[in-house]
Amino acid sequence: MFRNNYDNDSVTFSPQGRIFQVEYAAEAVKQGSVVVGIASKTHAVLVAIKRNAEELSSYQKKLFPIDEHVGIAIAGLTSDARVLSNFMKQQSLGHRLTYGRNMPVRTLVDMIGSKAQINTQHYGKRPYGVGLLVAGVDDHGPHLFEFQPSGMTEEMVAFAIGARSQMARTYLEKNLEAFADCGREELIRHGLKALKESLVQDRELTIDNTSVAIVGVEKQEDGTTKPQPFMVYDGQDVSAWIESVADNQEAAPAAAEGEGMDVDS
Amino acid sequence: MDHRPQAWGRPRDDVYGAYDHSYLQNSGPKQATQAPIVTGTSVIAMKYKDGVVMAADNLASYGSLARFPDVKRLRVFLDSSVVGFSGDVSDMQFLDRHLTDLSIDEAYEDPSCTAAPNGKGHLNAANLHKYLQKLLYKRRNDFDPLWNQLLIAGFDGHSKPYLASVDLRGTSFTSPSLATGFGSALAQPIMRRYAETEEDAAKLTREQAVEVIKECMKVLYYRDARSLDRYSIAVVTKDGVELKEDEQLEKQSWAFAERIKGYGTQTV
Repeated sequence: MFRNNYDNDSVTFSPQGRIFQVEYAAEAVKQGSVVVGIASKTHAVLVAIKRNAEELSSYQKKLFPIDEHVGIAIAGLTSDARVLSNFMKQQSLGHRLTYGRNMPVRTLVDMIGSKAQINTQHYGKRPYGVGLLVAGVDDHGPHLFEFQPSGMTEEMVAFAIGARSQMARTYLEKNLEAFADCGREELIRHGLKALKESLVQDRELTIDNTSVAIVGVEKQEDGTTKPQPFMVYDGQDVSAWIESVADNQEAAPAAAEGEGMDVDS
Repeated sequence: MDHRPQAWGRPRDDVYGAYDHSYLQNSGPKQATQAPIVTGTSVIAMKYKDGVVMAADNLASYGSLARFPDVKRLRVFLDSSVVGFSGDVSDMQFLDRHLTDLSIDEAYEDPSCTAAPNGKGHLNAANLHKYLQKLLYKRRNDFDPLWNQLLIAGFDGHSKPYLASVDLRGTSFTSPSLATGFGSALAQPIMRRYAETEEDAAKLTREQAVEVIKECMKVLYYRDARSLDRYSIAVVTKDGVELKEDEQLEKQSWAFAERIKGYGTQTV
């Protein structure tokens, strides 16, 4: 059988200049179910498809709060995501304790970036097998970051990772211009539509397999902004949103629009 | 002549007598700071409606000796906050370097902050005060305190003027006016006449606040024997920090001195 001599560890380059272990880790991200994130001027949303191992089992959570102002969506090895999530929780809590403020999102993402990169450079270590979308708000407003097992982190306007996520990204690219000025409800609907694009034939969004998370900034009376805490919605709480992007609703978008706005107030 | 390596660099025994080795503690437990050595006296500060004014004189004393008459004790942080140091000067220099490192790290981690020096996003005075409080409390728990009392002036997360104090034990508090050391006895009562509450302070203009602070510096020079008539004064506003480091006390009048009797060299 053909054997690749250059994928035993993450410190050896192949003659083509590739590090196979890091590429395999990126493949693990593509095995995870799809997650979508979008940021506007006022909000950042994460939406995800949850999977259940079998009909009788519960669904694996995909969206996790990290701190009041940040949360993550995961695609890949859940156990590796748990390690990163715990690390991020500790760091942001420590920052809150020493400085009395929310940790800037970029600072937090840079930390997991450095942590993951170190794993690609030491013999005997392995890269994390998980990709993250990090959504949060800080003094500069809402942010969405992508995190890859290689340690690469990038700020995004909108992005999708996980199985068949290319379909979702195509939707996002098509609607890119619209996102910046979207309100909370519109942004969620864009997210769910992108999610639908990447569903396999005859699967659909249900209240069991769909998760939605929102974080945003609120304008205060004195002109300052206040973060709206990161909130995850599951089950019955997402039914209105799922209905508003249902195929039969597409014909009458105005009705859906009105319905969605009621939830906001 | 003793040529053994142990004697290298030491005064010659045959010329100066036996060396007193009790001055060299080359064994025994490590001793942390037991007392401040070179010290700065009071720092005073007061809020007004658009910011905070802070002042401290330019003297570093060695005990009662006016040893260094040109030491700047107010330090600007990230162009938006001011830290005033009283107490040990070497610990002040340590904190100064530490704060420089902190501001460089902050600028690296979030480059967008440097574009807007007084904008949002970087550590404000409230954040800085919290950090210094944790730092000083940590050092006191190591039984190796940083022998200072600090005043931190600037703005908090809601863009309101912010003024707070932290001392060598990590004790911290805020007030519309604050003074360290002798200033808490000599200057604080004067500042309280003008800014007893936050509401009072919010009515003061910049000119009024500066005037009160200058008056307090004068009273401190009259009555604090470890003070100097050259001082630094900083005004923190939304637009940044205006720091003047070589001010001279004006309009002094020592006429009151004649009426002081009962101590000193006079024969009553």
